[in-house]
Amino acid sequence: MQLLIFYGFGFLALFSGIAMIMSRQPVTSALLMILNMFCLAGLYAQLGAHLIAALQVMVYAGAIMVLVLFVIMFLNLREKAGIVSKHGVMTQAVGIAVLGFVITAMVSKLDMAKLPAAKAPAADFGSVVAIGRVLFTDYLLPFEITSVLLLAAIVGAVVLAKRKV
Amino acid sequence: MVIVPPSIDLAAVGPELILTGAASLLLLVGVFLKEQSRFLNPWIALLGVILAAGCASSSLFPHTTFQGMYAADLFTRFFKLLFLLGTGMTILISIKYTADEQIEHAEYYALLLFATIGMMLMAAASDLVTVFLGIETLSLSLYVLAGYTRTRLVSNEASLKYFLLGGFATGFLLYGIALIYGSTGHTNLAKIAYAVSHGNLNTGLLTIGALLLLVGLGFKVAAVPFHQWTPDVYQGAPIPVTAFMSAGPKAAVLAVMIRVFEQSIAFMNVDWTVWITILAILTMTVGNIAALVQSDAKRMLAFSSISHAGYAMVGMAAASREGSSAVLYYMLVYTFMNIGAFGILALVARQNEQRTAMRDFTGFAYKNPALAFIMTILVFSLAGIPPMAGFMAKFYIFMSAIKAGQNFLVLAAVLNSAIGIYYYLRFAIYMYMKEDEAPSTLPPLRASLGLILALVISLYGVIRLGVLPAEYLDFAGKALLTF
Repeated sequence: MQLLIFYGFGFLALFSGIAMIMSRQPVTSALLMILNMFCLAGLYAQLGAHLIAALQVMVYAGAIMVLVLFVIMFLNLREKAGIVSKHGVMTQAVGIAVLGFVITAMVSKLDMAKLPAAKAPAADFGSVVAIGRVLFTDYLLPFEITSVLLLAAIVGAVVLAKRKV
Repeated sequence: MVIVPPSIDLAAVGPELILTGAASLLLLVGVFLKEQSRFLNPWIALLGVILAAGCASSSLFPHTTFQGMYAADLFTRFFKLLFLLGTGMTILISIKYTADEQIEHAEYYALLLFATIGMMLMAAASDLVTVFLGIETLSLSLYVLAGYTRTRLVSNEASLKYFLLGGFATGFLLYGIALIYGSTGHTNLAKIAYAVSHGNLNTGLLTIGALLLLVGLGFKVAAVPFHQWTPDVYQGAPIPVTAFMSAGPKAAVLAVMIRVFEQSIAFMNVDWTVWITILAILTMTVGNIAALVQSDAKRMLAFSSISHAGYAMVGMAAASREGSSAVLYYMLVYTFMNIGAFGILALVARQNEQRTAMRDFTGFAYKNPALAFIMTILVFSLAGIPPMAGFMAKFYIFMSAIKAGQNFLVLAAVLNSAIGIYYYLRFAIYMYMKEDEAPSTLPPLRASLGLILALVISLYGVIRLGVLPAEYLDFAGKALLTF
């Protein structure tokens, strides 16, 4: 049953991801992206990381998607924004060949038997308490760096977007 | 529930804290400053840099802190001082530039400081999470700085190009980190090293992860074939920002490469020096050959900075302590000479960067003999002509590679240096050997106080490190010991 759910979410995520970059309609792409985010949230939930799953739905599938749709609405994008037809057949063929080679090389290098054995997660894995505890002890420095990073990003966004600085 | 308090050493992150404070102060003061007192902004930033440098050079006992996330050792200190030097010089050459272009905002200087914080964290990172956040802090600041002259289209283009491709490269970087975590179960470099040398690991997964990491880092250091963004971004960005980008951030990425590859992945039974060797040869050759045909001085310096990253990677390919310390020395010398050269370019380019072509240097030596002489010394150093520091830096790099048996690589590097001499000397030819045919109606060029200060630092570095390199080389060598 678990495996079934996993493959369900997994294939749906793959499908929506590929369909998203293939679609010529910006709005369709955006909606497929939401589907992709939801599938990822499902996978997280299945791993027991319920908080991350909830955050994924709220932040990505919720907030960020609203922004994306807003931008699409404002820019009034039409069908012309498709990248597929822009390149010649040769370019596409070479690109696909290189990508295929890289993926084959990667997969052939993988030795599934040697993947680290799955450990049973701790009892409170994925809970708010467990994440909060790690965030403010082991990952204290990254947490603080993130605040500097966000400040720099805000300043940058304001500088570039404001009409007169 | 018992919570064990994490290890926190605020003294170790002192320089970062000071710079964060200075950047926040700039942003706050910027709100209240009237437009005519904006000239204070660079000096506030400079004060922050000097205080941070003072803090960074205080004595320390090598250790890791913040739960193994942050390494406070001599290696970190060397790079911190290097970044602060680069940022200080960039601020000095920015003073006149920002005033002329009317971008003398507190935000410009605050973003420079944020970028510096990012670089420091990269050099100090002993965990891939910290590496990633440092790179992002640096990159986000750089994306904005590249497009800071908003009225110029090329600047907008540079920013957007850098942002889109940089975001793409971040994907590679993260994927690489994820795969390394997947195969070893750790993001901490020391723990990865332990797992790699002791465990029966999935080397395939680890190799792919390391390769993806190398692609991501290669993009940030502008190594060929991941360099496509570099010429346009370097040309479009404001000149002081280009100077900044070409020195500090490259050194920061090399610091990460040295830490990750020589500390952790080195124990893997895959010969990673082959990858670095290929990258180094491509980077040197493509950078130099492209620089050869440029008629625009700014674009030429952009391509030549690609090739300089290639030389530095020759030292990495040696995979020895000596090679790594030569890389450190090289980046220090490069910071000294390159920012000075860009400073003079910013002066010659005049307002709105209208005159960045090589021919704009025509007859420069007759109108500004002193500046032309300094520029000559700097380009001689960039070309690697003794007794300037550029020669010593290249010498140590090549020597370490020969000792490691990388003879072919050194051959390629020496041939490339010869190409480099040709195009660097074109500066001297234009300045000294070509008469200005049409008498210019432009007002004479006068060096500002900031530029003079920057050039004095630059000259000091180029001559001091060229004639008496022992002390700094010793520092670079010791930095590798406390890894």
